[in-house]
Amino acid sequence: MKTLVYINSDNGISKSSLEVVTYAKKLGGEVVVVSGGNSSDLARLGEYGASKVIVDRAVVNGDEQQITKLIAFAAETENAEIIVFSHELTAKAVAPRLSVKLKAGLISGAIALPDLSSGFSCKVNVFSGKAFGVVTVNTAKKIISLLPNSVQPEITGAACSVEEISSNAGASAVKIIATKKPEGNIPLPEAELVVSAGRGLKGPENWGIVEDLATALGAATACSRPVADIGWRPHHEHVGQTGVAIRPNLYIAAGISGAIQHLAGVNGSKVIVVINTDAEAPFFKAADYGILGDAFEVLPKFTEAVKKFNASK
Amino acid sequence: MKILVCISKSPDTTSKIAFSEGNTKFDENGVQYIVNPYDEWYALVRALEIKEAQGGNVTIITVGNVADEAIIRKALAIGADDAVRIDAEPTDAYFTAIQIADYAKKNAFDLVLTGKETINYNGSQVGGMIAEVLEVPFVSLATKLDVNGSTLTLEQDIVGGVQVVEVSLPAVVSCAKGMAEQRIPNMRGIMAARTKPMQIVEPIACDLFTTYSSYILPEAKKACKMIDPNNMDELVQLLHTEAKVI
Ligand SMILES: Cc1cc2nc3c(=O)[nH]c(=O)nc-3n(C[C@H](O)[C@H](O)[C@H](O)COP(=O)(O)OP(=O)(O)OC[C@H]3O[C@@H](n4cnc5c(N)ncnc54)[C@H](O)[C@@H]3O)c2cc1C
Repeated sequence: MKTLVYINSDNGISKSSLEVVTYAKKLGGEVVVVSGGNSSDLARLGEYGASKVIVDRAVVNGDEQQITKLIAFAAETENAEIIVFSHELTAKAVAPRLSVKLKAGLISGAIALPDLSSGFSCKVNVFSGKAFGVVTVNTAKKIISLLPNSVQPEITGAACSVEEISSNAGASAVKIIATKKPEGNIPLPEAELVVSAGRGLKGPENWGIVEDLATALGAATACSRPVADIGWRPHHEHVGQTGVAIRPNLYIAAGISGAIQHLAGVNGSKVIVVINTDAEAPFFKAADYGILGDAFEVLPKFTEAVKKFNASK
Repeated sequence: MKILVCISKSPDTTSKIAFSEGNTKFDENGVQYIVNPYDEWYALVRALEIKEAQGGNVTIITVGNVADEAIIRKALAIGADDAVRIDAEPTDAYFTAIQIADYAKKNAFDLVLTGKETINYNGSQVGGMIAEVLEVPFVSLATKLDVNGSTLTLEQDIVGGVQVVEVSLPAVVSCAKGMAEQRIPNMRGIMAARTKPMQIVEPIACDLFTTYSSYILPEAKKACKMIDPNNMDELVQLLHTEAKVI
């Protein structure tokens, strides 16, 4: 059995890329990684389980049409049975196309390794995090799109070879006009620690205390829907049923009531800390640790305590 | 411009999620269905805005049974011109996409829009699959869509940034937050929706790529441990030694 893993290597090798290579390795067979772009850091994917990396330098990772062709080409030449993605923008564009093209059943949002005891079944997130589903794939070829933070990257080997190939992906029907590059902050779906705040913070000018805690922890920032809707925070920070669904190790929520639609997007978090002035706030029922108090006082104290902890390490 | 908007039903966001028949079926008892928010707020409303600006026709399509006509009427009340219901249970994304693509192929649409994902299955699969069958470009999770003649300019959120892309019609686009604002149907819209045309189409044969074999509810949380707001050192210690997350 051979597994093909696609990674977007444009901004270095991300943690979610290491996760998918580790996941593919755990599937058991040989792992081949495919990518486009100019990264010179691909060989170290061998440490995480790849036997080789194949790269088409002429293909742009942001170009969903070219990537589809490249992966179809690689799946064919490598005779791969399983294709694995990280469940992010590129996967959402490319995996469904490949599913049709290769007649391969697609598992979106997988959170665990497949169960092979009767057929090929995999646990996925459904109902925006309110439940899990078990999806069985009936086709010979399979595609798995893995939710970030579902496995931890593991070093098991040494660097591998990088082979340059040409997939003849050709000109694309989609022209990339401009890209605003990432600003170095931690992408929310990949973050292990998240500090989030809601309407209880009263205005965008008060987010300094949220960012201070996030910086001290090395966490990403998030927010509730109304906060993004009124423009206090950017839309990509909106978590919940109609925003981003996240599963960090630690989710800290300050001044968020914990409406069912908000909880849906965050209740996959391993540990939840809630800071709220209202003892009746529904979020306390979903929390592991609760602080009944004013976010304006608690957040700075929390930040101080984290700094003290960091200094003692 | 002929626009096809794919809509799906999803349980109202406040629904209690439960399963029946040995956790193999979603328990519909007491569940209210709504138009999937991404389909309604972004795909449908943006389609209507394009039509209002430059003319054309907005058709909505769903794969579902008679009961789903309620959500079809809701989408018509918001302003779609006509509707198509493929008379079948939408068993998985591939089946659904094949049905919609078949209809779209026979009826030559300029633009096919879907929501980013449904809030019940969160697959983000149908749009890309339709595009592959139709052999047209697909742009996923667009937050902005402008039409210039036969060219679309779109924006997508990439990790921490934005990518602007251009594509020519026909095309398939999945729509995310930012593209449009929710519209509340008015009385006139609701009345008009009753008499707008709805076509019922028989499904075509299709392989079943995937099956939902069972469902699992998350384990209930233990009681929350309350921490003194003046003792954040204790919280940090607990996060380190007990929860082991920092
Ligand atoms: C179809 C639909 C989809 C939705 N999708 C989402 C979604 O994806 N994500 C989402 O977040 N919401 C979503 N919502 C909205 C959701 O129902 C809530 O309205 C929203 O989450 C509330 O945001 P909030 O907690 O920030 O604000 P509020 O409900 O106003 O709560 C503010 C909280 O802050 C507390 N507070 C006030 N002052 C302080 C202080 N000084 N210190 C500490 N605490 C303080 C208050 O006690 C209160 O609990 C959706 C709603 C619908 C109908």
